Amino acid sequence: MSILLQMSNVHKKFPGVVALKGVDFRLNKGEIHALMGQNGAGKSTLIKVLTGAEKLDKGEILLEGRKINPKNPMHAQQLGISTVYQEANLCPNLSIAENIFIGNIISGAGKIKWRTIYKEAEKILKEIGLEIDVKKKLGDCSIAIHQMVAIARALSISSKILILDEPTSSLEKWEVENLFKVLRRLKEKGIGIIYITHFLDEIYEITDKITILRNGELVGEYMTKELPKVQLIAKMVGKEIEEFTTIDKAMIGESAQKESIIVAEGIGKKNFIEPFDLNIWKGEIIGFAGLLGSGRTEAVHLIFGLEKPDRGKLRIKGKDTKIDNPRAAMNEGIALCPENRKYEGIFDELSVRENIIIALQAQSGVLKHIPRKVQEEIANKFVEALNIKTPSIEQKIKNLSGGNQQKVIVARWMATNPQLLILDEPTKGIDVGAKAEIQKMMIEFAKKGISIIFISSELDEVVRCSTRLAVFKDKKKIGELTGDEINEAKVMQIIAGGS
Amino acid sequence: MKKINLNNLSQKRLFWPIFILILVTVYNIFFTNGFTKIEIRDRHLYGMIIDIINRASSLMIISMGMTLVVATKGIDISVGSICAISGAVAASIVGGNVNGIAEHPYWIAVIAALIVSSLFGLWNGFLVSRLGMQPMIATLILLVAGRGVAQLITDGQIITVYHKPYSFLGGGYLLGIPFSIYVTLLILGILILIMRRTAYGLFLQATGINPKASRFVGINIRNIILSVYIISGFCAGVAGLIISSIVKCADSNNAGLNIELDAILAVTLGGNSLSGGKFSIGGSVIGALIVQSITTAMYAKGVSPEVLPVVKAIVVVIICLIQSEKTRDFIRTAILAKKEAF
Repeated sequence: MSILLQMSNVHKKFPGVVALKGVDFRLNKGEIHALMGQNGAGKSTLIKVLTGAEKLDKGEILLEGRKINPKNPMHAQQLGISTVYQEANLCPNLSIAENIFIGNIISGAGKIKWRTIYKEAEKILKEIGLEIDVKKKLGDCSIAIHQMVAIARALSISSKILILDEPTSSLEKWEVENLFKVLRRLKEKGIGIIYITHFLDEIYEITDKITILRNGELVGEYMTKELPKVQLIAKMVGKEIEEFTTIDKAMIGESAQKESIIVAEGIGKKNFIEPFDLNIWKGEIIGFAGLLGSGRTEAVHLIFGLEKPDRGKLRIKGKDTKIDNPRAAMNEGIALCPENRKYEGIFDELSVRENIIIALQAQSGVLKHIPRKVQEEIANKFVEALNIKTPSIEQKIKNLSGGNQQKVIVARWMATNPQLLILDEPTKGIDVGAKAEIQKMMIEFAKKGISIIFISSELDEVVRCSTRLAVFKDKKKIGELTGDEINEAKVMQIIAGGS
Repeated sequence: MKKINLNNLSQKRLFWPIFILILVTVYNIFFTNGFTKIEIRDRHLYGMIIDIINRASSLMIISMGMTLVVATKGIDISVGSICAISGAVAASIVGGNVNGIAEHPYWIAVIAALIVSSLFGLWNGFLVSRLGMQPMIATLILLVAGRGVAQLITDGQIITVYHKPYSFLGGGYLLGIPFSIYVTLLILGILILIMRRTAYGLFLQATGINPKASRFVGINIRNIILSVYIISGFCAGVAGLIISSIVKCADSNNAGLNIELDAILAVTLGGNSLSGGKFSIGGSVIGALIVQSITTAMYAKGVSPEVLPVVKAIVVVIICLIQSEKTRDFIRTAILAKKEAF
């Protein structure tokens, strides 16, 4: 096979951090190549350098043997390097066809040739196995379609290299299958694909080769077939971790003192979530399982006062309590780490310290300013306790990797000393190592008597960690499992059967 | 070693605003006649520098309020009109008696003017925070209607005030220094104290950076947004009193005309991003001084008021280019490329 892309000895430094230290990367034609590493290993930086979003300090990039120097993502696209990002950068208010050809509009005789555009768009989408009305507004389509459209856009610019950054994180199982079909077809056409994901199973299903980075350095390049999963993880993390730790649920079960913290009786909101009952015991981890949009998130938003329930009631420690805003929920010892870290969680321009103390500060009010010294103590305490990797607590949070940002958000809420910690998809988009750490953290918290609501799309994860499991479907709570009933098969059965 | 220090220094927030102010001042020292001359007349300090600071005081005060609004990702373009309203309220309460006898005491006029200005700020804040209007549009309403309101208050007249204390705020001296400078420092001091001693500043930034996340951590962003417009209205009210005091009358058509643009400019020159978040009140004060220095220098050069905006625009573009990260990167790479070529 001929070499398509050769990056050698790539160096990149950011203020305070060396992101890449002499990394080599090689991609062949018609190859699907996984780029692996923990958060902060340098994957994103390598991609940014390749797509011209960042300039490399040292090193060179050869595309088909010719030296290239991408100045910006636009330029990289012209060179044939296209990227499909985690959150596809598309315009939901435009049609599918417009999204595919945006910035690349076919025009002639002073007019935009709409008919040609529609025809071309249909052709490209057909190529990747999607038949859909291209005049439809993208915003009305599912996330899977967004992903496909992003790929179609990348292809419309006659790519040589296609970079996929976490393409499946918001896709359903069958949609992933579809995507893989497309990727295999592209592979046959000789396109080189760089594939980044945190789902290990996908790596083994779709990729040919794996390049592993750790702390900005190259660990090595391996044939996927020849690298067992355990070794892959060990190489990413740098040590053998007890991955997929079996959680000692019995221990938590014992410490859960069967003391009711919060009882929800038929609370619900019209067109938001159907009324549901929920009894939360002290020190338990109650998992919320269900597909995306099944009502898991809506249920906790109701408990946290982000939405006002229009029926039912909430009893906290035996007393009827009305919660109609987050501040009220916080005063009752409820904390919520939101689902979308970027849009609902972090304040990117603020420091780690400010991000940690802000909820506590909001709770104590604008006038009761937490002295700087106390702020630093709190921040340092949690940076150490949760093993947050940051050069200093004054570092802007946007410079941290996803997993560490997530830990900062957890720290923010732990600082408020909650009785109930709601974690909505805390492990989404973070690597195995950080995932295991967050899971371990939950167990620790539960042992200390904090109740936890744990929401996750990854079924095996919820099943493994929860002492009790609530199952949601179609904006409705459809079942509850305890003890030995908690297993994947049972959950699937409930979701498939109970409608 | 020295080079590294300079690099670190240029990363500091206020480095570029201060640098520009020094640049403009150096220009003035060499090319503006009588710039450095400060003399004492009647035990008062006189001179161009004093004059600049004095004249900039109303702009500085408005810019401080504007900074807070901008920090929440908003903008308040009604401040000029609120200036006019504030002056109109004060002048009509004191009255235009030719013998200098006030209809009502001056202090009542001041309090009334400030309350009215704050109420108009409340109105702006209500539109933005409760009705969810775009800040630009919400405050556009008062920008357009405010001068009409001022006219209504003064019955369409320009009230000239002969009451002596009225002119003290903008034209008086205390310990040889113009009194308006004390007012500016007082407001600056209060605001800095609020930022240091309360979490208000942090909440402002949080609201500007990520309103959704702010709601999730329990910050009442609607009240935060409401409050900044009230403060901005209050500041505009103070500035309106100073402006009206300098000219000893309430001129609804011209008081504080276009000052909102200068204020936005001052905020930006002070290194504050119009897209909200991190902010520096001190930066805006420096920005206001830069704007006023340029204006005064131009007048001293004999640039006519009609042409002034053009010259000012050119200077501002140049300053913005110097402050822009992109330009500096561009120049840096250009220099590096040249070095490599040799």
